[in-house]
Amino acid sequence: MAVAVPPFETFYDTHKTEVFRFLVSRIGREGAEDAFQETFLRALRAYHGLEHGDHLRAWALTIANRIVLDGRRRQRPQGEMPDLVTEDGRPAYEELAPLTDELPAKERAAVVLRYGYDLGYDEIGAALGSTESAARQAASAGVRRLRADKKEQKQ
Amino acid sequence: MTEILTPDLDERFRAAAAAEGLLDVAYDVFDDTAMGPLLVGVTDRGLCRISFDPEPERELELLARAYGPRVLRSSHPVDRVHRELDEYLEGNRRAFDLELDLRGQPDFYLRVLAELARVGYGETTTYGTLAARAGNPKAARAVGTVMNRNPVPIVLPCHRVVGANGSLTGYGGGLHRKEQLLRLEGAIL
Repeated sequence: MAVAVPPFETFYDTHKTEVFRFLVSRIGREGAEDAFQETFLRALRAYHGLEHGDHLRAWALTIANRIVLDGRRRQRPQGEMPDLVTEDGRPAYEELAPLTDELPAKERAAVVLRYGYDLGYDEIGAALGSTESAARQAASAGVRRLRADKKEQKQ
Repeated sequence: MTEILTPDLDERFRAAAAAEGLLDVAYDVFDDTAMGPLLVGVTDRGLCRISFDPEPERELELLARAYGPRVLRSSHPVDRVHRELDEYLEGNRRAFDLELDLRGQPDFYLRVLAELARVGYGETTTYGTLAARAGNPKAARAVGTVMNRNPVPIVLPCHRVVGANGSLTGYGGGLHRKEQLLRLEGAIL
């Protein structure tokens, strides 16, 4: 059997800490515990279908992000705005998280992975199951939408 | 610190992954056995690997190649193997009651391993005898190779196979281990 990806243990051990921190930063410790397990179970279900082992970090974070969004969709009544908290000295992804909640899922993932996690567009494209140029477009569409939202809020 | 992943949460994921049947191989390393550390791997069909002196990284690659990439440390699926090995190594068990997964082994290997499984506790046999029982009396040397590549030593008792002149010959896990196992079984003094 050709080995396209590393053994799951290696993947899990490499990314578990960062994924957990990401989840805590998004939804707090309590929610992060369930979301953590769900993230890696979802990764495990898809793992043997992966064609290569590149961009696994982006892939893991994207799954975690989707779990968070799925949870929000179930819980939050539509139209409610997230709390816009900013605090000095927090990592970039924490700053970005609440700001980007209202973006369409793909744009949000592209913006967070690009500006919060500093991933390249090639990695983001792979993580989102599309191409580098589609990832670039999604990120810039997301940024344009954030700017437009911000203007609207000021007016 | 709230963002630390606790061992408890880590173990819960590993248990859930096995409980949902998502693993190609569940493995664990038993650090505390009389034979030193043993890495043990099981699939949904049975025991597929016992390894002495495990270098986990290399071992995981081999398991992934043979059975699929969803290889994860998870202790519950290997509990029974752990218990039977402990009992055996403490002298309280003479035969193993475990399913084996020998997928991918060539026919000749399977025939030899099947004959090997019939060599009882405390007995020894020779490479030549085993070759004859597997249908090829001239294949003593090839039987030596099969023993050396035995995926589940101890449980498939390749330590009970010795040279025609009674010498211990060789053992994948090192001759001292072969001696230790034969001594445990009372086959040598």
